[in-house]
Amino acid sequence: MKIIVAIKQVPERDAPVRIAPSANWIEERELQWAMNEPDAYALEEALLLKEKAGGEVIVLSAGPERVGSTIREALAKGADRAIHILCDDLGARDALGVARLLAAAIKPENPDLVLTGLQSEDVGSGQTGVIVAELLGLPHATMILQVETIEPGLKVKRELEEGWFQSIELPTPAVLTMQSGGNKLRYATLMGIKRAKTKELRTVNAADLGVDGASVAMLERISVPKKQKSTQILPGSAREAATALVEKLKTEARVL
Amino acid sequence: MSVLLVLEESNGKVKRASWEALAAALRFGPPESVTAVVIGAQTEALAAEAAAKNVGKVIRVEHPLLAQYTADGFSTAIEQLLRNQDATKWVVFAHTYQVRDYAPALACRMGQVLIGDVVGIEDGPVFARQLMQGRLTGSYRHTGSEPCFVSVQTGAFRADSDSRPGGTVAPVQLFSPNLDAAQIRTRPGEPFRGSAQTVDLGSAQRIVSVGRGIKDAANLPMVQELATALGAELAASRPICDNGWLPMERQVGSSGQTVAPKLYLAVGISGAIQHLVGMKGSQCIVAINKDPDAPIFEVADYGIVGDLFEVVPALTEALKAAKQ
Repeated sequence: MKIIVAIKQVPERDAPVRIAPSANWIEERELQWAMNEPDAYALEEALLLKEKAGGEVIVLSAGPERVGSTIREALAKGADRAIHILCDDLGARDALGVARLLAAAIKPENPDLVLTGLQSEDVGSGQTGVIVAELLGLPHATMILQVETIEPGLKVKRELEEGWFQSIELPTPAVLTMQSGGNKLRYATLMGIKRAKTKELRTVNAADLGVDGASVAMLERISVPKKQKSTQILPGSAREAATALVEKLKTEARVL
Repeated sequence: MSVLLVLEESNGKVKRASWEALAAALRFGPPESVTAVVIGAQTEALAAEAAAKNVGKVIRVEHPLLAQYTADGFSTAIEQLLRNQDATKWVVFAHTYQVRDYAPALACRMGQVLIGDVVGIEDGPVFARQLMQGRLTGSYRHTGSEPCFVSVQTGAFRADSDSRPGGTVAPVQLFSPNLDAAQIRTRPGEPFRGSAQTVDLGSAQRIVSVGRGIKDAANLPMVQELATALGAELAASRPICDNGWLPMERQVGSSGQTVAPKLYLAVGISGAIQHLVGMKGSQCIVAINKDPDAPIFEVADYGIVGDLFEVVPALTEALKAAKQ
């Protein structure tokens, strides 16, 4: 099976994010970057499918130069080759604009399966995979935890709300967006990291894909969220704060 | 200025989140301009429920192939309805798992992008949605042609004062989309529960919930001790259950349980929206986190900014001392 995994590089989870002076994106300088976690689960599922049934795993990522490090990480974990869509204005494109780039790069590869995470940890629109499916004219399923190949096609376990699940059967080629937690993520081995350096990494300029980049949903401004409640922060050492909290919970909130 | 509100069904009733979406839809125009849409194979009861609400009319989108939800069936049916209607300016949904599954495809077919998971609508209109796991807010404007697709986050709009005045009912119309079995490419199975539920977090009076900050499963007993000292159930955010450190049934959030205890104590939980929707109805929320900018502090009544490995044992001690 030929599988394309679309991954995104996002600011590292604990990295302090600041608003850029332009106020329409975050300050990217001095940020640490990582693979979007749901995408890491998509990659893991692709590698497991390949180990079971053979085939090829191709990682695809759009973004500026820095995205190369995340692509290398995916190659080190076991992907066979990679396509980097070089694009310096990813943040200015909406989900349709990004999906158009990805779909244009995926189409000539004719994969059997396209996997990606259910949403990104930065913008979090949760739409890219579904739109890619629509643009490619492929069936899709979202929030998938497990993938099984059946004759013909796939059987997947989809997460529903409040602890419910559902099985879905669908033909290939198809697009699946993966939920986190379905598998255990692997680490890259030293051998893997070494091998990654020799694997094919093809760079395509976004402009050469000939897709419309105009936004329909425009991000105008970024701000710090308004507080929903006034939080009493209890100061002092751990012991002082803990003692003060117990007192507050008893006499003020009356929940003890 | 017409608004299409797409309602979602759950166990034969309209989901509560859909009525919150009605409150959002009413920001775009008066009740007469709002058309509520129910979808399925038999929609009479749902339509009757909708017709009693503060809407201009109700459309039943009905076809045997819509008996069970599929992305292909629902997007095709609503696309046909939109192309059949006079110009619709806004299409509003609740941001549920189902809507996340098909609304982006539907919007794409109409050359649009869903402005999803909206938490606020201001003049313009400018749509607020969360970025960076809730650390920042993004203000979005729709610059495309009509219609504009919007889905609103659960709990962001209040579902009140939405009944029709004077006990009247809105007119109901039937729309039969042209569907063919070959258009529906996925075959969904019946929903099933995960493992047997043995913990009912929903009825717990106090909950101590633990997140990524705990770093390792070996550190969990420290939090369990705090829960015991409080007489609380132990719960967790998704990553803890994903790692298998606690069973899934102890997960709080959109994919786990929704809880509203008297006391919810969040330990090392940053407060991504998927977690917040499952607990923000709690009476008193306490957060312990090393990051003063963590979104959990936005919903917390009390906060301690500090190292949980120092604060949690200190709190356990303080609770024990207070009992004596």
